[in-house]
Amino acid sequence: MTTSTTTPAGSAIAPRRRRADDVAGLGTVRAGIFVAPALILIGIFLLFPAVWTIWLGMTDYRLTGLQAASPEFVGLDNYVEALTDPSFWNSLWLTLIFVLFSGIIGQTLIGFGLAWSVRNIDGWTKGLIEGLVLAAWVIPASVASFLWLVLLDRRSGTINGLLGTEGTAWLIDHPMQSIIIFNIWVGTAFSMQLFSSALNAVPPSQIESAKMVGATGWQQLRDVIVPNIKGHILTNTLLITLWTFNTFTPYLVTAGGPNGKTEILSVYIYETAIPGGQLGLGAAISLIMLLINLVIALAYVRVSKGRKKR
Amino acid sequence: MINHSKRRVLAAFAVATAGALVFAGCSGEAPEASEDGPVTLTITANAITGGKNAAEADWIADWVVPEFEAAMKKDGKDVTVEFEPQGVDDENYKTKIALDLQSGEGADIIGMDGIWVGEFAEAGYIKPLAEVGGDSVDAWEGWEQIPEAVQQALSFDDERYGVPQGADGRVLYYNKDLFEQAGLPADWQPESWDDVLDAARDLKKIDGVTPIQLNAGTAMGEATTMQGLLPLLVGTGEQVYEDGKWVGDTDGLNDVLDLYKTIYVDEGLGDAVLQQEAAGRDTSFQMFAANQIGILLEGDYFWRSVINPEEGVGTAPMANRDDVVGYTKIPAMKSGSGIDDQDFVSMSGGTGRVLNPNSEHPELAWELLAFMNSADAYEARNAGTLAITPRTDVNDEMLADDPMLTYVSEEVLPITAYRPPLAAYPQISTALQQATLDVVSGTSVADAASTYADAAKDIVGDDAVSGG
Amino acid sequence: MTATPVRKVAANTTVRHFLARVAFALIMTIVGLLFALPLVWLVLAPFDATPSLSLSWPDWTLDNFARLAENPYALRSIGNSLLLGVGTMVIVVVLGALAAYAMSRIRIPGRDGILYALLLLSSIVTGTAAMVPTFQIITQLGLINSYVGVLLVLAGGILPTVIFILKDFMDSIPKSYEESARLYGAGPFRILRDVVAPIARPGLAFISIWTIVQVWGNFLVPFILLRSPDMQPAAVLMYTFYTESGQADLRLISTFALLFSAPVLIIYFVVNRRYGFRFHGGIKS
Repeated sequence: MTTSTTTPAGSAIAPRRRRADDVAGLGTVRAGIFVAPALILIGIFLLFPAVWTIWLGMTDYRLTGLQAASPEFVGLDNYVEALTDPSFWNSLWLTLIFVLFSGIIGQTLIGFGLAWSVRNIDGWTKGLIEGLVLAAWVIPASVASFLWLVLLDRRSGTINGLLGTEGTAWLIDHPMQSIIIFNIWVGTAFSMQLFSSALNAVPPSQIESAKMVGATGWQQLRDVIVPNIKGHILTNTLLITLWTFNTFTPYLVTAGGPNGKTEILSVYIYETAIPGGQLGLGAAISLIMLLINLVIALAYVRVSKGRKKR
Repeated sequence: MINHSKRRVLAAFAVATAGALVFAGCSGEAPEASEDGPVTLTITANAITGGKNAAEADWIADWVVPEFEAAMKKDGKDVTVEFEPQGVDDENYKTKIALDLQSGEGADIIGMDGIWVGEFAEAGYIKPLAEVGGDSVDAWEGWEQIPEAVQQALSFDDERYGVPQGADGRVLYYNKDLFEQAGLPADWQPESWDDVLDAARDLKKIDGVTPIQLNAGTAMGEATTMQGLLPLLVGTGEQVYEDGKWVGDTDGLNDVLDLYKTIYVDEGLGDAVLQQEAAGRDTSFQMFAANQIGILLEGDYFWRSVINPEEGVGTAPMANRDDVVGYTKIPAMKSGSGIDDQDFVSMSGGTGRVLNPNSEHPELAWELLAFMNSADAYEARNAGTLAITPRTDVNDEMLADDPMLTYVSEEVLPITAYRPPLAAYPQISTALQQATLDVVSGTSVADAASTYADAAKDIVGDDAVSGG
Repeated sequence: MTATPVRKVAANTTVRHFLARVAFALIMTIVGLLFALPLVWLVLAPFDATPSLSLSWPDWTLDNFARLAENPYALRSIGNSLLLGVGTMVIVVVLGALAAYAMSRIRIPGRDGILYALLLLSSIVTGTAAMVPTFQIITQLGLINSYVGVLLVLAGGILPTVIFILKDFMDSIPKSYEESARLYGAGPFRILRDVVAPIARPGLAFISIWTIVQVWGNFLVPFILLRSPDMQPAAVLMYTFYTESGQADLRLISTFALLFSAPVLIIYFVVNRRYGFRFHGGIKS
């Protein structure tokens, strides 16, 4: 974060720092009208259920049984229960590992690597590689998870057949590694696309100048490319982190098992709320998860603010 | 109460926003006709044509609906029956019907697992049948045909909440070919757990064969409890819920967990990894069908559906099922050590159908439900795939063709036990599954049992758990 | 031997260059294969008379498709998915573009805070915990078993992310176009429609596809809000191909998986080819 002050990025950022100008003559009232439909929809179908969920988090509500008929207000009991439960902390730890390796490192780096690599290739190879990566992203989660069950099956899975490791139960012996790679497979396309367009937007003249003074590929990357696409990196990392944090798809592959080894927070909430029936507790943990997301988002915003003040 | 005030606030909110939302005008509810005019009744079940439980769905759509409408017409009533098939994971289906019932909606007749009856009744979602359907409920001829024990499956607090739609029992299946190779008798009848272990030890000598697969672990969910832990527990003379207390760190539970330890840890008679796989039960079916598993504890469902050689019925069909697959009652730990001093034990579950207390036409709905449980209805239902029905009159007539189902109906059902239909049961069951998983993955029996007992106390309170 | 040092160096760089290219091609091939591997089963199994979990050259047949066509709900469900996907897309793109444009051009107090808060809340509501409130709201509005209810809930959950991404996009559109359009007397709505939207087209295309992909895979919302199976989308139907003990009917599920995936893949590649996707900017604060 201590890049020199003479980065070319300075000029690229400068225009954005100007206050948004009302060039279209929108006016505050009309702007309000433009925003209103979206906000009303969000208000009713997002905000309202969200607030209600927060309230549920302070009751012992269940979907069935006596507490369904007459839920009681229990204040912060659910929060105390969650925060003193070792399995919650275990789940949080698993989630952090999952987000770090599959989201931040895996998807972002491989996505960038792919975007960087195919940028100068032309023709069908580029289309093919991008197409495969995108296909993994586009196909529905239930199908993707089924494909991975087939791939990693212990008895007749494709991987075991190719590697000659018949009988290796990947999902039992290496559950976390499996869902990390699975999630990289599913999600890399987003980063790849985002970085592809970001790389296209880097002024070629800057790269040319760097080449002329004899900068190596690595130096070009560090001194020209990265400063130019910093904003994209932040947007990408923020969205990827949040999405990975909240994804439920790994459940379709390992069902949180074996023995809770892949019970990331979204799975933990599901297990608590639906099979466990404790909707109140599940709602409370959801809010805890939201607060963790908030901390992450604030951290990113801080970084981006720091970037702009320079 | 809370629910009501909550709903009122919400209604006010909804009305306020409705004006802003143009589309809110198009409400989906059609005005209900009076009792004399045309009436629509709806049935929902976790069954769908071309998918899950297709036979039941086809029967409702192709037999129940037209036959009942015709019968009503004869009585001069204009009744339309609609079927809303589902066909998803049981947990999701349960969620959906619970949401429907709590908001005062839902089909008039709802299919559900008997084990949910307690939770739904406690929540006030369903009411005793007689309270909903009127006097004709208790006068129904069918009750005489359905044994008391089978009725229990859809009862709670000694009240009937629904009509069971089937009966089932669990047995030990074994592969006669493998038994022959191991020098074991084709008409095997073990009389104790030790007999079973001895047979498994003999089977272990055959290459590539898993001697015995006894469901364990959390990945299989309720299958572990129903086809593993509970049939063993009743073999020690204990029940999961008895005299107002749930099983705790008891001798019986320790014996059961010991058996798991012997099978999976000490002697490697079963495949412990398989028990942790998400599709483990499915795989165990495939392996049994491929002559790779010697002994498997399963319900009659396994026989009539999974390994059924008829085209399009079984998912792991065995062409030579009738010759190769043997079945025998599950022995108690020792002769006479089972519940009620039984030598052999089993567990039964059962699904059924309940009436929706919010029904606009509860009495007609009951008529439809009774119609669905008439002898004729079961005969039509069984025309395709045979299953044990709750009615003895139908069973006597129809099961003769299938020795296995006759065996379950005559030998197993009289000695079987049921799970308690209480709201806490699903959580206790999960804790029990975890205990088997702990043992299978190497924890000592004593630790697993005491961890379980602590979990059980967390769920139902210290006083409601038996054992030290 | 006779080569001059200069030529030697040149040859060396050529060799190194060549090797680097080979290594690069090799790595790309491996990466491509890794991404392709899980997809092979999806393409082959539906055409196999007896598909299994292992990958094998199929015993070619179209019977599985014929069997699936007999299922009264399967093919229709894909149409339902299209309806829900496109419907949600239209709602979020129109409302999202309007809101993002206004938020980009006018400083609304607390704008970014609101945007972040909504983005975060969308994660709680798409989860299982908010299921009961959502169901109750839709029931009270009388929208159970109607597509309107499903569309609104889906749109509400997706809109914050859409606005977040689109606003980024709008921020980076040069304002000079709008200034000139205004000089010629165009009103704000026309400017948005005829000037901004065409420039933002790659972004709108991306958002459209992203929305369809999100809706396409959503199981819970349509499942709890719709009653009749005729109306259920493919994501729900997918789960009906399991037996009561959770076994998958491989013939049906492999075939349905392919049919279920194909439309989104096609939509994706067509839109991508026509408009291409571009992102602008980064996080603003």
